[in-house]
Amino acid sequence: MRRDILQAIADPTRRAIIALIALQAMTPNAIAENFNTTRQAVSKHLRILTECELVKQQTQGREIYYSLEIEKMKEIDKWLEQYRKIWEGRFTQLDELLSNIKKQKK
Amino acid sequence: MSTNSELDFTVDKAAKTVTIKREFDADLSLVWDAFTKAELLDQWLPPKPMTAKTKYQDFKVGGKRFYAMITPEGKELWSIQEYTSITPKTNFKMYNAFADKDENPELPGSEWDHTFTENGGTTKVNIVIYNESLERLERILEGFTIGMKMSLSNLENLLATLSKQ
Repeated sequence: MRRDILQAIADPTRRAIIALIALQAMTPNAIAENFNTTRQAVSKHLRILTECELVKQQTQGREIYYSLEIEKMKEIDKWLEQYRKIWEGRFTQLDELLSNIKKQKK
Repeated sequence: MSTNSELDFTVDKAAKTVTIKREFDADLSLVWDAFTKAELLDQWLPPKPMTAKTKYQDFKVGGKRFYAMITPEGKELWSIQEYTSITPKTNFKMYNAFADKDENPELPGSEWDHTFTENGGTTKVNIVIYNESLERLERILEGFTIGMKMSLSNLENLLATLSKQ
């Protein structure tokens, strides 16, 4: 089952991982060094992020590098920006409606 | 008087809420009506070029509004809202869910909390929308993308927002 992206980024450690690997691809060990947690815990976070297709893996030699799926992150932003635009449009319509009702009352 | 009031739109991804604040140049009773009377809601809620029609509305606690957003092609996207709490001219809460044309809701839906405050002839509205999942938001937007300009904000902005949380 595909995991929920919102669920994935609700966790503060996962958000920090996203911020880290946005700058450069990193191995799980290198990522774990930035957190006061076990390598296993970081692996679990990476698995969740991978299942949401927010991060991708690339093998270089014996190491696996994790990097950010930038398009997927943009998708989230795109939805939210669209949602905001819907509300802006609605409220402009409401301004007009309120103004018309007030005129009729006069 | 200016009617171009600033929209305050914040997303709390961790709490799964969208908070929308806006001030309107009208008194409280009029703004309250615009948010609670179906014949007024149908006029401003559908983003153009969509329209809306309410099949029925019973504005009381436990009562419902069953309505559709209609696309320019005539496709009807039905939703059902159940009012869960009403404090006249102050606050109302509802549970909103997509539905089929026979009023069967598709759960989970979203929880909406509206608060109204009047200040010298203008009225502030604060809306908090709790969504169980972002997938749902994606669906809402699918219905509304018609004629809307897509806008991509950059990744840095998103990361800055994420790291602040």
